[in-house]
Amino acid sequence: MKRVLLFIPLIIFIGLGWLFFGGLQIENKDVLPSPLIGKKFPPFELPILIKEGEQAKLVNELDLRGKPALVNVWATWCPTCKTEHAFLNQLNAQGVRIIGINYKDESEKAIQWLAELDNPYEFNVIDEEGRLGLDLGVYGAPETFLIDGEGVIRGKHVGDLNAKVWKTLQPQFEALK
Amino acid sequence: MKFLKYTSLLFTLLFALSANAVVEGYKYSFDNEIDKRRFEHLAEELRCPKCQNQNLADSNAHTARTLRDKLYELVKDGRSDMEIMDYMVARYGDFVRYKPEVKSSTWVLWFGPAVMLLIAILIVVALKQSRKPKADEANGHELSAEELAQLDALKQQNSQSLSQNEEQDKQ
Repeated sequence: MKRVLLFIPLIIFIGLGWLFFGGLQIENKDVLPSPLIGKKFPPFELPILIKEGEQAKLVNELDLRGKPALVNVWATWCPTCKTEHAFLNQLNAQGVRIIGINYKDESEKAIQWLAELDNPYEFNVIDEEGRLGLDLGVYGAPETFLIDGEGVIRGKHVGDLNAKVWKTLQPQFEALK
Repeated sequence: MKFLKYTSLLFTLLFALSANAVVEGYKYSFDNEIDKRRFEHLAEELRCPKCQNQNLADSNAHTARTLRDKLYELVKDGRSDMEIMDYMVARYGDFVRYKPEVKSSTWVLWFGPAVMLLIAILIVVALKQSRKPKADEANGHELSAEELAQLDALKQQNSQSLSQNEEQDKQ
C-alpha cells in the first residue's frame, strides 16, 4: 500500500506535463488577450488624414458606428504594415469596411504612403502621440480590432492580416451586425 | 590565465550591476522623493507587453517607453498606485502585472511549488516509517534448527571445494 505513495510524484509530473504540452499548442504566446473585448470603443477626438484641399475634420468614437468594421492600427515606420497593406486592399475590394488609425506617425509620410500604395481606408484617425493606441492596449503595430455596428469591440488581432488569418477571422467578422 | 579569469569576473560583475539601471538615459524628474520612488516601484511592477519577460524599468522597447511616459504622467497627476495599476490592467489585461495577483486563478502559480515540496516531504517521511519495522525483524530473527543444518552443510561443501582447488594448484 505504501508503494502507491511512490507513484504520486510521477502522477503529478504526468499531470503537469499534460498541462504544459497543451500550452505548447497555443500558436502565439506573445499575444496578450485583450481586456477590451466586449467593451465600447474608447472615447477620443482626433483629426483625420486629409489630402490637399480637403477640409480639416475631427472625428470621435461615434463616427465608427453604423456598420461592422476592421479598425487597423498602422504606421509608415512599421515594415509589417507595408506587407499587410496589399491584403487590406484586397479586403476593401471585397467590400469590407476598414478604418485606419495612423499610430505615432508623421501625417505627411502617411499621406504619401497611401498615395503610393492605394488607400483601403474609409478614413484614417491621426493618433500622433499614441494616446488612442494606449487606450486600446496597442503594443505593436499592426493590430486590428473588429468592431460591430454599435461601435463595440468584438475581437482583436495582433500582427498582420493575411489570407491565413482571415480564414479564422472572417466568419467572426461576418457574424457581426 | 589568471589575468583572463579575473578580468572576466570583473566584467560579469559590472554587467550584473548595469541591470539595475532604470531606463536608457531617460531622465524623469519629480518634485519630491515620494513620487520618484513610486514611479520606480511601479515601473518594476509593470510588464513590458512587447518584451514580456522584462518590466517597464528594464525594457528598451518602444512600447515600454510609451508606457513609462504614461506612468510618469499618471504619477505626476497624483493618481494612487492602485488607480495606476487598474488603468494599465484595463487596457492591457492582467498580464501587464509583472507580479501576478494572488487570486483564485493564480493560486496554483503562487502556492504550487510549496505544496509540491510539502507532498514530497510527506512521501519521504511515510516511506521511511514503513521501512523501519521490517529492518528490525530481520536483525532480531534467529536461525531455526533447519537453517542451522543448512548452514553446516554449505560450510562443509565450501571447505571441500577449497581443498580440491589447492590440490589442483599443486599439480
